[in-house]
Order: sequence, then structure tokens, then C-alpha cells
Amino acid sequence: MAATPGSVSSGPFEGVDLDGLERSLRRPRTLVGIILSGIVTAMTLLALIPLFSVVFMLACRGGHRLSLALLTELPPAPLEVGGGFGNAIVGTFFIVGIATLLSVPVGILSAAYLAQASEENRLASAVRFAGKVLTGFPSILAGVFAYGAVVLSTGTFSPLAGGVALFILMLPTVMLTAEDAIRAVPAKMKEAAIGMGATSAQTTWMVLLPTALPGLLTGVMLAVARAAGETAPLLFTALFSNYWLVSHGQWNLMKPTASLAVLIYNFAGMPFDNQVELAWAAALVLVLLVLAANVAGRALSRGQVRY
Amino acid sequence: MIGYVEYGYAKSQNLPFALLENKAGAFVAATSMSGQAALAGAQLPDNLIAWVSDPEGKDAYPIVTYTWVMLYKKYGDKRKLDTLKELFTLAEGFLGQAVYRQLRALGLERRPGLARLPDLVEETLKNLIHLLAAIPSVVYGLWGLFVVIPVIRPACNWLHLKMGWLPLFGTDLAGPGVLPAVIVLSIMILPTITAIATDALLAVPSKLRMAAYGLGATRWETIIGVILPTAARGIFGGVVLAFGRALGETMALAMLVGNANQINVSLFSPANTLAALLANSFPEAGPKQVPVLMYAALVLLAMTLVVNILGALLLQRASAATKGAR
Repeated sequence: MAATPGSVSSGPFEGVDLDGLERSLRRPRTLVGIILSGIVTAMTLLALIPLFSVVFMLACRGGHRLSLALLTELPPAPLEVGGGFGNAIVGTFFIVGIATLLSVPVGILSAAYLAQASEENRLASAVRFAGKVLTGFPSILAGVFAYGAVVLSTGTFSPLAGGVALFILMLPTVMLTAEDAIRAVPAKMKEAAIGMGATSAQTTWMVLLPTALPGLLTGVMLAVARAAGETAPLLFTALFSNYWLVSHGQWNLMKPTASLAVLIYNFAGMPFDNQVELAWAAALVLVLLVLAANVAGRALSRGQVRY
Repeated sequence: MIGYVEYGYAKSQNLPFALLENKAGAFVAATSMSGQAALAGAQLPDNLIAWVSDPEGKDAYPIVTYTWVMLYKKYGDKRKLDTLKELFTLAEGFLGQAVYRQLRALGLERRPGLARLPDLVEETLKNLIHLLAAIPSVVYGLWGLFVVIPVIRPACNWLHLKMGWLPLFGTDLAGPGVLPAVIVLSIMILPTITAIATDALLAVPSKLRMAAYGLGATRWETIIGVILPTAARGIFGGVVLAFGRALGETMALAMLVGNANQINVSLFSPANTLAALLANSFPEAGPKQVPVLMYAALVLLAMTLVVNILGALLLQRASAATKGAR
């Protein structure tokens, strides 16, 4: 039987080009597939270059200034040597703390309402939509709001104004993740509580919220991570200060307050090397804080028990 | 009723067999012996395609054929090759057939979406993109100031020197300017687009993907012809939302765009944005400037609200549409 290689001259496969079934680079569709895969891989790597560059620069330029003095001393004047940003770290924690105290009750309680509202509830869907739109709300506008509401009415820049600005930015994250977390509580637990004669307040307070706690904390931590890195809303609400929040035994609650993010912004544009170096070191500390909050938040929800 | 099923299946289900009359006129039962007897007379051609129709021999079972297994011609990993050899030695035995089928079923079941990356790579990339999103914008500004501007400045100034007659390259890059701001801003909204597009692509029902593979489409024909069009709405919604983010982005722009209240066609000249204007002017604003800046904030609010609501509506409709296809 004189069969040409590759094609079959008898049987059910007669005339079928079997070589054609093999994967070959000469076929356009294979080639196009490989080229497109290559482009996609290249784009992914390209997207990661900035990330590695940022991390590398932070480690290089910020890492070598890292010391205890950095965390305990006050920011240096233009030509001074050394110095640190202890007051900015305290300020960041304080302002974010105020924002958290404001946003946690409002966010979680509204989420408890949203999660239990019926599908047709107009108010609930309007609030939910507003929350979604608010996640994309420009942070500078939160600052403008706090400036108008707090700074203008109290007549001074203060950590309180900064806290109000960050509260607006944290609220949608806390609310929307809390709603998801409360919704994820199995209906049978809620029904069991109601069946035992619990009122809806008791059900929410003693069954839904404790069960959803890991998810609630995740949302709070993610919101904290976002708020800690925000600069724009603090620029003209908390402003900046070269002094400690607590000095000579009294709290400077109604005075401008330092924060890490604003310190980075102020010092980045300075012509003095020492201050620029401090900006990099502050950036490193800020990124580490933000990442720690982020990782903690995600770890909390990963450890959550599924019912 | 008499049916025709595979021998291994009939054996495993304890089905009763019918005796069949073969070419030699003998009635034979289906056993591995009679099967081997049927194949004994067959000859394999070069292309290995052989049909054993109505075999000779007294003990030959009349309906017997070969099974093909597709393998690669070469294996780079010797351990893999040895394991495969072992597997097929085992599979030749009767008991091996059942084990092999089990393994194959497991292997297929573990990979439902053929076009997915391995889990570890996917997880790592996802976390890296999360990381990109978690970095505060003031840090991006710092990075842009000390990394991006020095890196692109020689190329920009060369372009200005050689092609300065083009309005786009009409000035040189002295420091902060439009192009560095554009580059950093695009890096900053990348995670938003990636995250929403990933969700949209994953929301495409896997039966569509499977159907495309079943029709013989390659991986990329499936992606371009089926998956992307189905996910297009969601991806577009993500792009709109990212555009909204970029509109309101402040710090990186305040540090990189140059804060010059002018409009120039040149990519390298300093300029200003609404958000950057607010950030730079508000801290020192006097009573006359505050109302003006508030008005600028109102314009910015209107713009971002329109874009964000549009994006949120698009995403809502997109997820409703893919739910329908599921």
C-alpha cells in the first residue's frame, strides 16, 4: 500500500490530513495564540515594574535612615541635621483614630439595617447606591467638606477636622463590607434567634453582629489602611505642625496637627537633602503601616469560620 | 434488551454478556482472552490507525478495537516520562484500566476552566495588584518626583530637540509636567481597572467557554470571540469608574503636574488640575479665595459624581446581563 506520509488512503480517515492535526507554528491560529499570550505576559510584567520600583526605592532611600531617633524626634528645620517624625506618627494614629471612632458605629449600624432590609426597600437601595458612589468620591472633596463644616465653624485647623474628613472616606468601605459580612450570616441562625423569642434588636446585637465580627473587622482594617495613607483631605483640615500633639502636659486638640502623609508631601518638594531623605523614610514607615493594616484585615476574614 | 457498552464498564457494573457469533462460526463470550485473540491477527500500519472488523480465529471476539491515548512526542522531565511509562504498563493490565479511568476523571475534574492560570501564579499576581492599590498616592507622588521625572527627562528633551516643531513636544521637560503626571496617574488607576475587569471576566459563565472549546476554538479564539464580548460591559464600567478615580486624584498630581495655571498643548509643559489646584491653594486661602475654591470643588464634585454614577450603573447592568446568561 503506497500511502503518502500523513494522509490515509483507506479506512474511515481516507483523505484526512493527519499531520494537519498536529500543533504547528506555521498555522496562523497557533501563531496568533502564542503571540497574544506573549503580549499578555509582557503587559502583566510591565504593570508590575512600577510596584517593584516603588518598593525598591522605598527600601533603598528610606531604609538607610531608619532608626529609633526617626520615630522619637521632631522634624528638622531646613538646614538642620538628623531629626525624625515622631509627632507625625502620633498625629496619624490620632486622626485616624478619631475617624475610626466616628465611622465604626455609623457604618456598622447602617449596615445592620441594610442587610436586613427587604429587596424592595427604596431607602436601603438608595443608601447602598450612595455608598457605592461614595467609594469613588475624590478624597480632596472630603477635605473641602470638613474645611467648610469644621474648620470654618471652629475657626481653626485641628485634628478633629482631619478626623471628620477621613470619616467620610472610611464610611462607605466600613458600611459595604459590614453589609456583606452580616448578609453572610446563615439565615438559620437568625431564624433560630427569632424562634427563641428574641426581638429584632436582640437578634442583631447578640447573634448577627457577633457572628459577623471577623468580616466587620476586615472592613474596618481596610478602611483604616486607606485612611492612613490619605493626604489630600488632611492638607487643609489638620494642616501640619512641627510640635507634639501633647506638649507641656496639655493636649493641642484645636491646633494644627502633623501627619505622616502631609509630612511626605511637604518635605518631598524641599531643596534640602535631609528633609527629602526624611520624606522617603516617612514614606517607608507609612507604606509599612498601611500594608500591616491591609494584611491584618485580609487575614481576619480568611480565618473566618464558614457555617 | 441488548445494548453495546465498553467492556470495562460492563465488567465494573456486573452486566450480563451475550455470546456473539464470530467469523469462524463459534459463539464466544467477551473476556480479555477473546479480545486479545481478536487483536492478535491485526496489523498496525505506520500511522497506527487500524480497524479490526470481523477478525479471523476461532476464539476471537468479533467487536474489538483499539483505544488511542494522545501524548506529547517528547517530555522534558524524565521523571514525568517514567511515571507515564509506569502508568501505561499498569493500564495495560485489566485492573489498571479501571484505575486509569479514575485518574483521568480526577484529572479532568480538577481543571474546570481550561484557560485559567495555575492557582499559585494567579494568587501571587492578585496580591501584587492589591499591593499596587494599597500604596498611598503621596508615595506615588514622591516616587514620580524622584524616579519617573529623572528617567523620562532625557528622552523628552531629545524629542523636543528633534521634533520640537510638533506642538505636542513644543517645550522641554524642566521638572514637573503633564507627561510624568499622566504616567503616574495611569499606574495608579491600573489596579482599579484590573480588579473590575478580572471580576467581569470571571463572571462569564464557564459553559460559554466550554462551548467555544467544544467547537474547536483555540484558547485565544475563545477569549477574543466569546469571553471578551460577554465581559465587555463590565470591563467598560470598570474603565469608567477608574476614569472617575483619576478625575479626583489629588496628591500625585499636586506633586507632579507643575501647578501652573495655563493650558499648553505640549506634553512636557506644567499645567494644573482641579484637584491639584484645591490641594495647593486651600491651605493658604484668604477669605476672598475660599468661595472661588469652593466653586472649583463644586465643579469637580459634579464631574466625578456624573462619571461615578454612570460607572456604577454600567456595572450593575453588566452583572444583571451575565446573570441572565448563566
